[in-house]
Amino acid sequence: MRYLPHSEDDIREMLEKIGAESIEELFCSVPKECIRKKPFKIAEPLTEWELESHIKNLSQKTASSDEYKVFAGAGSYEHYIPATASYLLSRSEFVTAYTPYQPEISQGTLQGIFEYQTLTAQLLGMEISNASLYDGSSALAEALLMAVRITGRKKVALSSAIHPGHRMVAKTYLKPANIEIIEMPYLKNGLTDISSASDSESFAAIAVQSPNFFGCIEDLKKIKESIKDTKTLFIVSFTEPLAYGLYKNPGTCGADIACGEGQSLGIPQSFGGPGLGMFAANKKYMRSIPGRLVGQTNDIDGKRGFVLTLSTREQHIRREKATSNICTNASLCALGASIYMASLGKRNFKKLARLNYDKTEYLKKTLKKEGVKIRFEAPGFNEFIADFGKEFSAKYNELKSKKIIAGIPIKQFYPELDGSYLLCVTETKTKEDLDILSKEITS
Amino acid sequence: MTKQFANTGLMLNEPLLWEKGGKGKSAFSMPNQDVEQAFIDKDITGEGPNFPELSEIDIARHYTRLSTWNFGVDTGMYPLGSCTMKYNPKINEKLAALSGWSANPLIAEELNQGALEIMYRLADFLKEITGMDAVSLQPAAGAHGELAGMLICHAYFKSKNSIRKKIIIPDTAHGTNPASAALCGFKPVAVKSGQNGTLSAETVAAVMDEDTAGIMITNPNTLGLFEENIKDIAEIVHSKGGLVYCDGANMNAIMGIAAPGEIGIDVIQLNLHKTFSTPHGGGGPGSGPICVNKKLEPFLPVPRIIKQDNKYIISEDFPQSIGRLHTFFGNFGVMLKAYCYIMSMGDKYLEKASKLAVLNANYIKTSLKEVLELPYDRLCMHECVFSDKKLEQYKVTTLDLAKRLMEYGYHPPTIYFPLIVHGAIMIEPTETESKEEIDNFIEAIKSIVCEAKENPQLLLDAPKICKTRRLDETKAARKPILTEGYRL
Repeated sequence: MRYLPHSEDDIREMLEKIGAESIEELFCSVPKECIRKKPFKIAEPLTEWELESHIKNLSQKTASSDEYKVFAGAGSYEHYIPATASYLLSRSEFVTAYTPYQPEISQGTLQGIFEYQTLTAQLLGMEISNASLYDGSSALAEALLMAVRITGRKKVALSSAIHPGHRMVAKTYLKPANIEIIEMPYLKNGLTDISSASDSESFAAIAVQSPNFFGCIEDLKKIKESIKDTKTLFIVSFTEPLAYGLYKNPGTCGADIACGEGQSLGIPQSFGGPGLGMFAANKKYMRSIPGRLVGQTNDIDGKRGFVLTLSTREQHIRREKATSNICTNASLCALGASIYMASLGKRNFKKLARLNYDKTEYLKKTLKKEGVKIRFEAPGFNEFIADFGKEFSAKYNELKSKKIIAGIPIKQFYPELDGSYLLCVTETKTKEDLDILSKEITS
Repeated sequence: MTKQFANTGLMLNEPLLWEKGGKGKSAFSMPNQDVEQAFIDKDITGEGPNFPELSEIDIARHYTRLSTWNFGVDTGMYPLGSCTMKYNPKINEKLAALSGWSANPLIAEELNQGALEIMYRLADFLKEITGMDAVSLQPAAGAHGELAGMLICHAYFKSKNSIRKKIIIPDTAHGTNPASAALCGFKPVAVKSGQNGTLSAETVAAVMDEDTAGIMITNPNTLGLFEENIKDIAEIVHSKGGLVYCDGANMNAIMGIAAPGEIGIDVIQLNLHKTFSTPHGGGGPGSGPICVNKKLEPFLPVPRIIKQDNKYIISEDFPQSIGRLHTFFGNFGVMLKAYCYIMSMGDKYLEKASKLAVLNANYIKTSLKEVLELPYDRLCMHECVFSDKKLEQYKVTTLDLAKRLMEYGYHPPTIYFPLIVHGAIMIEPTETESKEEIDNFIEAIKSIVCEAKENPQLLLDAPKICKTRRLDETKAARKPILTEGYRL
């Protein structure tokens, strides 16, 4: 087996040195009653070439963007990824390193993550960012737990227009700690109705997503205004951070914590994971932040360098009193996002966001012209809800066989929205693609 | 003379992203604007992030130079204890990057059968390896798996209308264990391992009661020893109605040899980025599947993938489930690499991998106990732990040895962990290091111990040839600079 480098001679010499007759003898500390009884059976090993053909075969059994025109997002977005990003990210020095515990030989990862933290803070309009969390859902859950720790309150308000997956994960995290979750309904225009959380003094946090699950931009400033003289933390989450190339970012609108999914920043969809949990906050909360932080310092010669820092917050030092149990995060994805943000730069990031907006608006307009009702009128980004009607499912399936995915039926998440579909448009769709889609839908 | 692989070489300096480039540059091929500009309300638009502007070659050089300041498994031996830094096969990287996986996870299951099949089969493999009855692949890392396990324990007691407030955690446990337990409201009860480095059944019996949810035990433990009393411990815990959680981060030692499901374990997490060869990426992404026995199966996270009439179906219909732990299905890209690894190894070579991992660790242990103090002198599993006792006389520390080791071209072992060994040096070679490589490593350590005696300054000054010399961590923590508030 090519991954196992020992020759028979090696094994013999090593056993000799140890003073054992056989490798089996080395396992004598495993008591007899613990030795496996059931025979160990998986499969005959595949050669590299058999494996390649097996996996290629399976990879063709997906609705990949190679073959399909996919107009679906819902937290997993198809964007162009520059070849440089995937190529540079595949360098084994980045890929095959561990968490940078030894900073002198991990400066590549450390500087890369320091840059990521800076670009993230810049993107979200926040003062500081951590080195990443698992994904958008755990980022939201950790933000809520952090707010509970800071305020000492045991109730949080979540917008029902937050990604359903994120809300479910938040529930899983908060349930055993008996933290009450109030879900704020959405209004006719697709925005969150915060009136159910008007007694804001009792909440640890109010959390909304913007753009929300329906693609609508929440009126963040208004929400902040309503809680401004309280201790309640304002959490703004997201699944499509490209929107902040066009719209005001969470920090500008008064967020205390901005967190969410960063997959759209140059990370392949990979059937939903790995993604990138982004987490940024204001500096005053620095010591309450979950996860790793990279900080700048210098070496004994005065030269600039970077280290993991403020680890007294973390599980390996503070154990059960830690700000989170997280250890491994999404470091390589954070580096990928950083390469992506730096590749676009200020000008093209804005331009790309605008292009996404324009294309989405074009599809909305075209559909409207054909008589399709667009459910929510609030300004949006990339995604919107179209009411195709309950009888559309036959058509939806017909389009699937034509390799067109006309959005995601949203009834599975919002039973009241039967016949509504969540559509997504990014720069990967041409005007022609959009025209074909509306023609197919309305024909 | 010892081969010293590290050399100063040619290492280029590289500023921060925003210290280079210039206005108007870009490394992105902007798609054409083929639709008209739509109206937008200026009141809600923002200025956009003030990102640096660089051209493509600037980006390529920036990250290439940064990469040369890093040490990875492909660079050299990375014997970080408890982290299982084995070789990451390249074919797996290639196959995980196939364009077919650029698929949306929320699209109807019949269009994503390939991805679902891989997850379903991987879960089956993990069942076979651990001897457990059911698996969820959702947790995104080891600590996430631990959290899943604790949530499952919590839900189990709740289903019995019982609230248990404590959990037993031995002093050899990973630091994530107490933090994961605390998230579920369990108060850790610390217990000490015995003279021989393992936990005795009596120790557990003395603290286990009906207010205790059970035990979180790492097996093989962080001293690299198999918890030989595990069956008795499990019996004691079970007799009081408790559950046995096993931290399976060290599964690399026992594949095909012992099955957690057969020795009284109720729930165990695996680290695909350790045992199953997926790369660690400088700190993630990982994947930490959670495996349970029948008793705990109803509580596994949803959605679950089931097989019906030869089709793979996504089901949420498990009313006792703890709920969801990931926005979608977990880190599919990582699972895929682990699946490829297991398919390439088969049962035959997985078992051999464990055997060679244990052989390598014992070989290092035997060879180095001549020069380093070995507090638990017995056969070890996948890793061995030395103390700094023999170094103290030369007034050098474990840290000094670690830093000097870099100059010999090795990543240092895990240091100062586990806490029960003074100045711990925890070495896990894994099975993918050859005898030749390990012999050089052993010689390097021996040579450094000699230097400690004859010229300790070499250790105290190390490293001198890395990107930076020793960094001021106190300064970093006292006046944290976590972002640069740059303005172009």
